[in-house]
Amino acid sequence: MKTVVLMKQVGNKDAVLRINKEGTWIEEGDLSYEVNESDGYALEEALRLKEKHGGEVVVCSMGPQRVKSVIKDALARGADRAIHVVGDDLARLSPFAAAKVLSEAIRSEQFDLVLTGLQSDDNGYAQTGVILAELLGLPHATIVIEVDASGEGLRVKRELENGWYQWYTMPRPCLLTIQSGISQIRYATLKGIMAAKKKEIREVAPAEAATASTSHQRITKIYFPQKSKQTQYLGDGNARAGAAELAERLRTEARII
Amino acid sequence: MSKGILVFAEHRAGAFNKTSFEAIAAAQSLGRELQQTVTAVVLGAGMANLAQTIAAYKLDKVLYAENEKLAEYTPDGYADAMEGVVRTIDPQYVVMPHTYLVRDFAPKLASRFGKDVISDCLRATASDGGVIFSRRIFLGKMDADVIPSGEPPVFATFQSGAYRADQAAKDGSAAVETIAVEVGEVRMQPEPAFQEVKQAVDLSKADIIVAVGRGIKGQENLALVEQLAQALGGELAASRPICDAGWLPIDRQIGSSGQTVAPKLYVALGISGAIQHLVGMKNATTIVAVNKDREAPIFDIADYGIVGDLFEVVPALTEAVKKLKE
Ligand SMILES: Cc1cc2nc3c(=O)[nH]c(=O)nc-3n(C[C@H](O)[C@H](O)[C@H](O)COP(=O)(O)OP(=O)(O)OC[C@H]3O[C@@H](n4cnc5c(N)ncnc54)[C@H](O)[C@@H]3O)c2cc1C
Ligand SMILES: Nc1ncnc2c1ncn2[C@@H]1O[C@H](COP(=O)(O)O)[C@@H](O)[C@H]1O
Repeated sequence: MKTVVLMKQVGNKDAVLRINKEGTWIEEGDLSYEVNESDGYALEEALRLKEKHGGEVVVCSMGPQRVKSVIKDALARGADRAIHVVGDDLARLSPFAAAKVLSEAIRSEQFDLVLTGLQSDDNGYAQTGVILAELLGLPHATIVIEVDASGEGLRVKRELENGWYQWYTMPRPCLLTIQSGISQIRYATLKGIMAAKKKEIREVAPAEAATASTSHQRITKIYFPQKSKQTQYLGDGNARAGAAELAERLRTEARII
Repeated sequence: MSKGILVFAEHRAGAFNKTSFEAIAAAQSLGRELQQTVTAVVLGAGMANLAQTIAAYKLDKVLYAENEKLAEYTPDGYADAMEGVVRTIDPQYVVMPHTYLVRDFAPKLASRFGKDVISDCLRATASDGGVIFSRRIFLGKMDADVIPSGEPPVFATFQSGAYRADQAAKDGSAAVETIAVEVGEVRMQPEPAFQEVKQAVDLSKADIIVAVGRGIKGQENLALVEQLAQALGGELAASRPICDAGWLPIDRQIGSSGQTVAPKLYVALGISGAIQHLVGMKNATTIVAVNKDREAPIFDIADYGIVGDLFEVVPALTEAVKKLKE
């Protein structure tokens, strides 16, 4: 089983976000970076499938040189090799253009399975995987929480809304978008980190035709969301005072105590 | 020339879901602003009666697109059918609810037109003959205004709760037109949908819920939260990562893939307020949020907020509540 895992680097979740001067994006200089949460689970699933059924795990990430840290970490955890689609402004691609570039980067790999995260923590398009499947001519399933590759095809468990689930069967090759939290992600071992140094990272340029295709959605402005409620902030930084005040309000205003 | 708005109505187990009516409200609002007609589309097999119920809404027309391969949802089937409908109708905008089902096929559909979807929108406002779509980014911390470009149609999905279902205009005299659509090979085979286990706790009946998120750090700290729940006489609940980790059973999970609740009091401790969590609890009468991050989106919907460390706030609050109850 040869699996390609798409992994995106995103700004740290806990980062304090500042809007840039033009008001069109955040100040990226402020950010530290990490791997997109669900992509980490996609990699873990690929590694588990390899342990069970043999094969190879190839990681693919698109972005500037800084995404090498995501790639190196994936190699240290056990991925066999990596493809880095290098470009500084690729983060601005709309999901169709991004999927197009990614599809050209992995098309020649003879994979049985492509895994992506179910959505990115920064842009949150929730589309790149599905479009990628269409561009590669693959059947797909989204929001996958369990993969059974013991048969000829693939049997996967999908999450539906409100606690419902459904199993799907598909032929291989196919593409799955993986939900966060479906397993326990392994840590990189020291041995893994050493081994990773010898693994191949192939740099490729984005296919020109792909980046030339126009973006179908352009951000004109970003801003902090309008609050839907007038929040009363209590305690002013003092936890004890806040707690006491809150208990009082719950009794006098909300009448819950 | 492309014209009008096409809205996709989703059904499961013989009923439309609420977000479909919200999508109709969104499409109608856009239709009013742009002075364009709204057509609804329903896909299925043997569903003509169901399609008829949509005709109660103020719509130009209801299209019922039929094919036996649409008896069960599959992304291949729905993408093929919708592609046929969109090519026939040639709308300027295609409006859909941002449900798990739509997420599964809409990007595939859009890519057949060489495009993507403006996904998970909160608002759409007409401006200079075009439309500005607003969507939330960075896990709810920011909003972005987005303008579409390129040839129509523009595909957009709307977040659950973005528009109100009860504001969808009715005046029910739309004609229902049944058309046969073509569906090619369907490569995925679905099995019947199921629920894991009968839920042991029904949190929808609880008056007071104390919910805990990843801010709690470790399972061993849950006792702290339990004590507060006990003092308040409430039930314990959690965000998804807590249940994924097995720290609390899954039937205590609140959100789009867990339970939906509307208690008198919802206390969110160390929960960031991702939309998938909010849809499960935002209708609580009084919402309290405790979070060390002032920008956490949970504060957007909180009545009372304490910006601080939950490990300091929670014990103090438990104590204060106990004292008041004495
Ligand atoms: C398709 C789909 C379905 C989903 N379904 C659900 C669902 O049903 N329910 C659900 O909850 N989520 C669901 N999610 C996940 C959701 O998007 C979020 O990832 C999740 O809700 C985050 O949980 P959290 O707030 O506990 O964790 P985080 O987002 O990690 O937030 C932790 C918060 O704790 C705060 N914090 C940390 N330390 C402290 C401290 N000492 N004191 C005070 N505050 C602190 C941080 O500032 C942060 O705001 C779903 C996601 C997807 C894509
Ligand atoms: N620049 C990228 N490099 C690698 N994978 C990506 C990139 N952008 C998106 N993806 C993949 O597509 C998934 C969905 O992203 P999105 O459509 O932006 O929500 C992510 O979880 C990744 O697996």
